[in-house]
Amino acid sequence: MHKSVTVNKEGTSDVDLAKCRAILSKYNRSTPSDLIPILQQIQDAYGYVPQTALSEITAGTRIPLSKIYGVVTFYSQFSLVPRGKHTIKVCTGTACHIKGATDIKKKLTEALQIHEGETTKDFKFTYEPVACVGTCFLAPVMMIDNRYYGKLTADKAEATLKNY
Amino acid sequence: MKHLKSPEDLHKLRKSLESKHRPDKVRILICTTGCRALGAEEVYKAFKAEIAKQSLADKVEIVDTGCQGLCARAPVLTIEPMGIFYGRVLETDVPDIIAKTVLKGEIIERLCYAEAGKRTPYIKDVPFYNKQKKIVLRNCGSINPKSIEEYILRDGYAAISKALSTMTPDIVVAEMKNSGLRGRGGAGFPTGNKWEFVKNATGDIKYLICNGDEGDPGAFMDRAVLEGDPHSVLEGMLIGAYAIGARKGIIYVRAEYPIAVEHLTIAIEQAKQLGLLGENILGSKFSFDVDIKMGAGAFVCGEETALIASIEGKRGMPRPRPPFPATSGLWGKPTNINNVETLANVPIVILQGSEYYKSIGTGSSKGTKIFALAGNVKNTGLVEVPMGTTLREIVFDIGGGIPGKKQFKAAQMGGPSGGCVPAQHLDLPIDYETVKEVGAIMGSGGLIVMDDTASMVEIARYFMEFCQDESCGKCVPCRVGTKRMLDILTRITEGKGEKEDLGLLKELAEVTKTASLCGLGQTAANPVLSTIRYYLNEYEALINKKDAQAAPAQSAQLPQSAK
Ligand SMILES: Cc1cc2nc3c(=O)[nH]c(=O)nc-3n(C[C@H](O)[C@H](O)[C@H](O)COP(=O)(O)O)c2cc1C
Ligand code: FES
Repeated sequence: MHKSVTVNKEGTSDVDLAKCRAILSKYNRSTPSDLIPILQQIQDAYGYVPQTALSEITAGTRIPLSKIYGVVTFYSQFSLVPRGKHTIKVCTGTACHIKGATDIKKKLTEALQIHEGETTKDFKFTYEPVACVGTCFLAPVMMIDNRYYGKLTADKAEATLKNY
Repeated sequence: MKHLKSPEDLHKLRKSLESKHRPDKVRILICTTGCRALGAEEVYKAFKAEIAKQSLADKVEIVDTGCQGLCARAPVLTIEPMGIFYGRVLETDVPDIIAKTVLKGEIIERLCYAEAGKRTPYIKDVPFYNKQKKIVLRNCGSINPKSIEEYILRDGYAAISKALSTMTPDIVVAEMKNSGLRGRGGAGFPTGNKWEFVKNATGDIKYLICNGDEGDPGAFMDRAVLEGDPHSVLEGMLIGAYAIGARKGIIYVRAEYPIAVEHLTIAIEQAKQLGLLGENILGSKFSFDVDIKMGAGAFVCGEETALIASIEGKRGMPRPRPPFPATSGLWGKPTNINNVETLANVPIVILQGSEYYKSIGTGSSKGTKIFALAGNVKNTGLVEVPMGTTLREIVFDIGGGIPGKKQFKAAQMGGPSGGCVPAQHLDLPIDYETVKEVGAIMGSGGLIVMDDTASMVEIARYFMEFCQDESCGKCVPCRVGTKRMLDILTRITEGKGEKEDLGLLKELAEVTKTASLCGLGQTAANPVLSTIRYYLNEYEALINKKDAQAAPAQSAQLPQSAK
């Protein structure tokens, strides 16, 4: 791997890599199948996958950076840019679609002043659509982090944001 | 907990649990999984507090369970042994339930299930439940999924114990083949045959994978099974692994299912402590371990070769088959992949016997099927019915019909790979073959009811958008075909459609179907073809820039179903 992409110790990067190294240290004899779990833990720890962490992973696992990048960009769970403190997942699955998910999306876009897939300026919320969160009986549904909100209306969805 | 070293140890443990069991105690079973979204956890805590406050711990017990099925009434609870069923329970109802129902046996009318003004306090009388047959969901909603003891008390791990002590792997495979169980993940491939392929494949290392990716929008059966009865899936995996000779298992679960991951993690830990996972299970030569892998958000990873690529740490893209995973799967080793619901059926086949299992269902499709009933239907929730039950029974008798003054228009079955079944096929007995004949597929079990306000062209466009978004991009027919079909459908729904568009759509549908690499592309056109088949006039009306909603479903050019 390229020396030039490792993090420089003088700290030009403002990402604290201690968490990343702690995660990697659990995998000192890693196999390729550890890549996704490693990325998931990094995504959890930082709220995104920092560029500098990618370099650490490639150094630690000897998986080429290009491969790692390919994986990160394939799965919707991973983000290469910082995300908000909370993730709002609005369900756009079939049941929610026929019960008014479109209105909810519209309302949230207005309330948050961002588009789908974006993060608010204060980094409080990231807002993204997701196809079915498995609670179709409560359609329309959204999740904020790991919490479900069911039988929504556009107004209820907007009001829920105030709890955060 | 003590390691179980033989089938007798398991039997003894069960006997000792039975002797400690207190049938006189009132058990309040509350769903804290799906119902969590409507405050079930708060209600659960309120019960805990009230029981403590009134020092009733010796008389009453509150049990947090998985899904009880009638999700439309969430949060729901069942009070045993009386069999009283309450829905839409709030924290503020808790003192009343304890004081009146638990201590005095009185019914609280306002919490009972009601239909046409009639209140039904007892679960056995609720129409939603009495047409169902719960095999896979046998424990779901009746036990605490975080307790291996409760599972053992209900014949849990008795099937693997029976297999290890009285059956050879060949006999297990023969039982599975004779049972007629077919894969519940969508394709309906006979499970026993698949196990036989993997068993006979050469190689000393073999893997067994449980597919819990459940990506179909509108499907939540596997979620409920994993959350409500995780041990039944583990036991199914143990039996499968014993039959095919695998010693390593992997459960691949969607990232969107945190409760399922939590309950599975607990279940695996408990099974390890009892020695039901690990080396020399129940004193036999059979050893097996299970790991959980979390998906990372890609629908196509439900496809078996993509799922394997994902476990291997790669981009989750399918590859051409053959070779099938049965000969070359995970790390190039023979691999058996089964769906969650398929595996949860296995302990029943082994314990009750294949003849019993075979006695349920239709000629070609045995056993039961779980459907996730959602959309414009009163009793949304989880239903399990014998194969061969009609759509009318599911939507009207169990589902309670369509809310408001609306009419039934169609049931969407099989999600993005399926199709819409219109009203004239309501009396069709549902099994793998009949559903296919009318242009849908059984799929994993999502069943979305649509009333007469639904625009079928919009539904087709919706599913195409989904497939286009989820197409992994590896093969051209799927990548480009779904995009072009979406363009046309969008154009039509916006009132900008051309006369030629329908012909073009059908042509694209054919090509995408025949030339795509995996099931995603091969079936992506199904929702389009099925809506063109039944609702051609809605397309034409939109193309003629008229309002599609105003047009009634066309039935003149319908091919007659074989039934
Ligand atoms: C695009 C696509 C998505 C799929 N998603 C799932 C899924 O979420 N769960 C599942 O069990 N099978 C899914 N399958 C089917 C699997 O490839 C495989 O057939 C199944 O897991 C086998 O298990 P079974 O024989 O027990 O049904 C999918 C197939 C395709 C083509
Ligand atoms: S469609 Fe929204 S939760 Fe399933």
